[in-house]
Amino acid sequence: MPDFITGYLSSNKTPGEYGSVFWSLVYIFLIFLGLSVAVIAMNWLERKILAHMQVRLGPMRVGPHGLLQPIADAVKLLIKEDITPSAADRWVFWIAPVFVVITAFTVFIVVPFGPQHAVTDMNIGILFMLGISSLSVLGVVMAGWASNSHYPLLGALRASAQMVSYEIAMGLAVVSAVLMTSLDKDGTGTMSMIGIVQAQQAQQTWFVFKFFPLGLIAFVIFAIAMVAETNRVPFDLPEAEGELGAGFHTEYSGFRWSLFFLAEYSAMIAVSSIAVTMWLGGWLRPFPHALSGETWDTIFSLVPGVTFLFLAALSFRATARMSNHPYFKFQKLGLGAFGLLLALIGIVLFISTDAIDIRGKVQDVFWFTAKVAVFMYLYIWYRGTFPRYRFDQLMKVGWKVLLPLGIAVLILTAIGGIIF
Amino acid sequence: MTDTTKYLSHLELGEPDKTFLDSNELIINMGPQHPATHGVLRVILKLDGEKVLGTECVIGYLHRGVEKIAENRTYTMFNPYVDRMDYVAAVSNGLGYCEAVEKLLNIEAPPRANYIRVILTELNRMASHMLWLGTHALDIGAITPLFYTFRDREEILKIFEKYCGARLTTHAFRIGGCLYETYDGFENDVKKFVKFVTPKIDEYEQLLTTNRIWVERTKGIGVISAADCRALGVTGPVLRASGVKWDLRKAKPYAAYSEFDFDIPTAQNGDTYDRYLVRMQEMRQSLRIIDQAVNRIPEGPIMAKVPKVIKPAVGEIYHSIEAPKGELGYFIVSDGSTQPYRVRVRPPSFVNLQALDLMVRGALVSDVIAVIGTLDIVLGEVDR
Repeated sequence: MPDFITGYLSSNKTPGEYGSVFWSLVYIFLIFLGLSVAVIAMNWLERKILAHMQVRLGPMRVGPHGLLQPIADAVKLLIKEDITPSAADRWVFWIAPVFVVITAFTVFIVVPFGPQHAVTDMNIGILFMLGISSLSVLGVVMAGWASNSHYPLLGALRASAQMVSYEIAMGLAVVSAVLMTSLDKDGTGTMSMIGIVQAQQAQQTWFVFKFFPLGLIAFVIFAIAMVAETNRVPFDLPEAEGELGAGFHTEYSGFRWSLFFLAEYSAMIAVSSIAVTMWLGGWLRPFPHALSGETWDTIFSLVPGVTFLFLAALSFRATARMSNHPYFKFQKLGLGAFGLLLALIGIVLFISTDAIDIRGKVQDVFWFTAKVAVFMYLYIWYRGTFPRYRFDQLMKVGWKVLLPLGIAVLILTAIGGIIF
Repeated sequence: MTDTTKYLSHLELGEPDKTFLDSNELIINMGPQHPATHGVLRVILKLDGEKVLGTECVIGYLHRGVEKIAENRTYTMFNPYVDRMDYVAAVSNGLGYCEAVEKLLNIEAPPRANYIRVILTELNRMASHMLWLGTHALDIGAITPLFYTFRDREEILKIFEKYCGARLTTHAFRIGGCLYETYDGFENDVKKFVKFVTPKIDEYEQLLTTNRIWVERTKGIGVISAADCRALGVTGPVLRASGVKWDLRKAKPYAAYSEFDFDIPTAQNGDTYDRYLVRMQEMRQSLRIIDQAVNRIPEGPIMAKVPKVIKPAVGEIYHSIEAPKGELGYFIVSDGSTQPYRVRVRPPSFVNLQALDLMVRGALVSDVIAVIGTLDIVLGEVDR
């Protein structure tokens, strides 16, 4: 094996820092693949979970329990006619979804899935993330403007006002977390995403519990602002279905529409990753200090495998409950096979020998993903529960509640840092 | 955008806000294809940013000429057509028409028929209100109540189906009474439904009544005063939410309503939230009426003595009932033949829709949606 491949493996850095182009590309590919799978899974899960909250079944026809529905949808969207309205500004209309997708995916360069598992580690990581993700509003405005239609225009105006105002509250919450990183012994703060998690490790607490309740309030501010930032219920005014048709992407169809869809979900994952990194200890497992020691480490290291086995058990249960009618033969086989696949993954995740230590290596990624998944569930839960805010009320919440609260938390955090 | 200026030219539109920027007015068409205009209502909105300066409703996209059809049908043949006006409250429509013709013929339905009519009409009122609640909440962004209300409305439709074979356009009543005797277990089904649905109404209220966003979206939105209601002829829950205790079931009792004990829920502020509360209370009152009726339902014939060929004497009649959406009136002119000379329907949705412009001026686009929802219009009835 050439050195440029193997050399990196022995280092403890991210490929970007190490300077390995090959491994950076591998990471980028893996993240791209992982995100696409996550978006597909989210699509299915959202429809299923929402359906079960609303006393219905959700997709049941395409594949067992509708498992292949997202794929069918994707195929449909790809082969659908892609209409450009005759009055639209063709170039901008074409660029807008691409722009939105690029910004939504670029932020993942600095997301730390583990101490070494990020494409690169920047010393301004969090600024980079906020900066790039806020660029997506430009794509939204472009889409609304280029459509040359009134509903998209209104949607785009709402989107720009909303995203810009909530970014401020979001930024203030993030700053108070960044401030907390400087409170360890040597007193140097960091804005690197990996550094922030390591600071939480060093201070033996997740920042959500730091200076209770200051960290918690900052986290809640961010958690609200990030919903607004990603235009989801109850802040989904830019695409308010009952009011504006579909808001800024009313005129989009087919593949370009699916790009907006992709961008929306990856943006959700991106902001959730920020929340997890800043306040919930990133890749760190729960209770790393309260429940420390060899035994607890082993117990927690079993969780990923157990999770997959649990999911496999759910699939097997659903398979057993399926009708025996010949019509369901293939569906039954398919679901059983899916369960087997999950079980296999679960078993593989238990492997821990000196040669290959899969169990140890997936720890970081698993805990990070699990925490992000909680946020994804929250997003779906909100959607099933809340009505939609009105535009002026949304602005009121942003400017008159979250912003002063954010400033207060920031000042109090700074004072707390001086005192302790 | 071709003909909008024509529609707007005669409107006195409010002045836009004076800002340092020259804000251009935006004229947009909401509908006829729009997810929240409850069918094919077209509202031309004149906007300053998101602020509504004025509206103009364009109706008629669902016009089927129901009133004209009546002139070419016999009294009996026209009966099923009225179900197609307010198709979510078809039973009420049928009741109003049948009673109007009965009045014209000077006959009265027997008590048992009246009780069956009351039970079915009140069930239909609940079905209509449930559909209103689900769609209204959906317009405001809460998608879940829709499925809950549809699940429970299904039980009502099942009773209708068992009674007369149809779920929506029931054609349940005939001139002179009811055609069908209640099926075996009807009383039991209705009692079971009352028991089943009482906690469900609390469940809807849990989802919405104290929900912060819901309250913010509905309180103080689309306010209409009692005087304006009277001036515009607005009736039904919209009128009652403005503080006027006017319900034809009490004011001019028809069918068997005078025999039941129930309250007329009212509210004071006349805003969207109050209309919501009034309708929720009305559902509870309907349950009360159904409960009393089903327990006291008398034995006896279900059809009065009606001539084979209905040929009312020359004359005219106006009869109105309290439909779920307001006062539903029928004005029938008879020229002594088997066909009505003229049937004029006073549909509550059509009259209530007049208030839209008054209620949304100065509000935001989102409020227009909320107000359309709260007026509880059915375009089949508006356009007829």
